[in-house]
Amino acid sequence: MKARAFDYMRPKCVQEALEAFVSADGDASYIAGGQSLVPALALRLQAPGLLIDIARLDELRGLSLAGGHLRIGATTRHCEILGSNLVREHAPLLAKAAPFVAHPAIRNKGTFGGSLALADPASEFPAMALALDAIIEIASVEGSRRVGAGDFFIDLYETALQPGEIVTAVYVPLATAKTRTAFDELARRRGDYAIVGAGIDAQMQGGFVERMRIAFLSVGSTPVRVRAVEAALTGRQLTPEAIRQAQDVLGTELDPVGDEHTPPEMRRHLARVLLGRLLGRLEASR
Amino acid sequence: MSGKVAISLAVNGETIEALVAPRTTLADFLRQDIQLTGTHTGCEMGVCGACLVLLDDRPVHACLMFAVQADGCAVETIEGLTHRRAIDDLQKEFHERNALQCGFCTPGMLVSAYGILASGDEPDRDGIRDALSGNYCRCTGYESIVDAIETTARQRRQHMEEEKA
Ligand SMILES: Cc1cc2nc3c(=O)[nH]c(=O)nc-3n(C[C@H](O)[C@H](O)[C@H](O)COP(=O)(O)OP(=O)(O)OC[C@H]3O[C@@H](n4cnc5c(N)ncnc54)[C@H](O)[C@@H]3O)c2cc1C
Ligand code: FES
Ligand code: FES
Repeated sequence: MKARAFDYMRPKCVQEALEAFVSADGDASYIAGGQSLVPALALRLQAPGLLIDIARLDELRGLSLAGGHLRIGATTRHCEILGSNLVREHAPLLAKAAPFVAHPAIRNKGTFGGSLALADPASEFPAMALALDAIIEIASVEGSRRVGAGDFFIDLYETALQPGEIVTAVYVPLATAKTRTAFDELARRRGDYAIVGAGIDAQMQGGFVERMRIAFLSVGSTPVRVRAVEAALTGRQLTPEAIRQAQDVLGTELDPVGDEHTPPEMRRHLARVLLGRLLGRLEASR
Repeated sequence: MSGKVAISLAVNGETIEALVAPRTTLADFLRQDIQLTGTHTGCEMGVCGACLVLLDDRPVHACLMFAVQADGCAVETIEGLTHRRAIDDLQKEFHERNALQCGFCTPGMLVSAYGILASGDEPDRDGIRDALSGNYCRCTGYESIVDAIETTARQRRQHMEEEKA
């Protein structure tokens, strides 16, 4: 199918984009990489009267260090995350997750901000934003505000974004010498959305877990932090016994969704397997 | 609403000025407005990879962007890559081992392969399969396609080493 007819504009700055959305009385969509929006338009799941193209706005671009954080401009493409030394050094968890996001050609256009704004629970970056306790910077005609990832993902494709608001940047706390991270996912084929995936961001000292955040993707209507598992591991060493206990806690904490291919029980089982693998390789990997 | 928009872009090195409806995808623009039918359309939702073109030298799906978004950009299609002889060796390897049967997927495969080879490192078979994960072929079973790309990568490296020596 083809998209319904719409008008198109390419604003010169974020302010102009925000005002255009208001002038359109909300019958508008921002387009960044278009890798999720264009198929939705082609299938006529959405049919806005106006597309506001924010992909080329300088204010939304770039990776840089900013006061203890890595600033990721909203229109930073997946391929830029994958190729960036700054990301590898300061946000290693993102560098590990990036190869799992879609296929190369989609990574050449899809954007980090677009992925968070869409909030697909099967997407890698929203879950990693949660694991990293990232801060999301949002602009509206009223001004700018910041929301923690923990408050950003509300429900299926629903975020703290109000109609017309734009994600301008995401701030990720910098990794330290104690940082240990791991990411993996289980999918039927390479590049497919995962059946289940998870990322861990931990602070380790002398073999003991000082702090750990674990976020799962593809297990519910939003990315999911498993706080009981995190609590069960904090202050401990990652012995085989501790890992087994963490897997048991996960089995009761996680309440995964089922779909036509994967009943909830299977997903819970795969999540436990995945958690065991990730914890097993955590200490060795920055 | 929905009047046509003036765009200017380079296609295969040639500047093209055109008026397009915003909802026209880049794939439809290439195929229907300027008759470059080497770019194929299958699923038109980013899944099959038949529509891959180079946008500013990187593979992207022509079905997942509108022509208006390519305003000011450089697009290269399979026709352009062929005419400037950028993939002669790759095409020869595809031909030699029947890495195509009906040929529907081939332009997309070649554009993906161009992207893999452009990175300069010599990918292993797993790496090639990974990079082709967004390209569907309903005929060949992929093995011969991976062979062709692997061989081309090796030959290019050998060629470079010979030139250095
Ligand atoms: C075949 C296929 C496979 C894929 N596989 C994966 C995968 O395995 N993992 C994965 O994570 N993703 C996958 N994707 C999705 C891809 O990563 C998208 O690029 C991403 O989800 C959205 O980013 P985008 O820039 O393309 O957003 P767009 O498509 O441009 O926009 C998506 C939505 O977000 C809004 N939006 C975009 N940017 C902003 C912003 N800055 N502020 C506010 N709203 C904004 C838009 O209005 C729209 O509603 C896949 C896509 C395809 C077609
Ligand atoms: S036609 Fe573009 S990916 Fe199938
Ligand atoms: S050769 Fe027929 S689809 Fe690949």
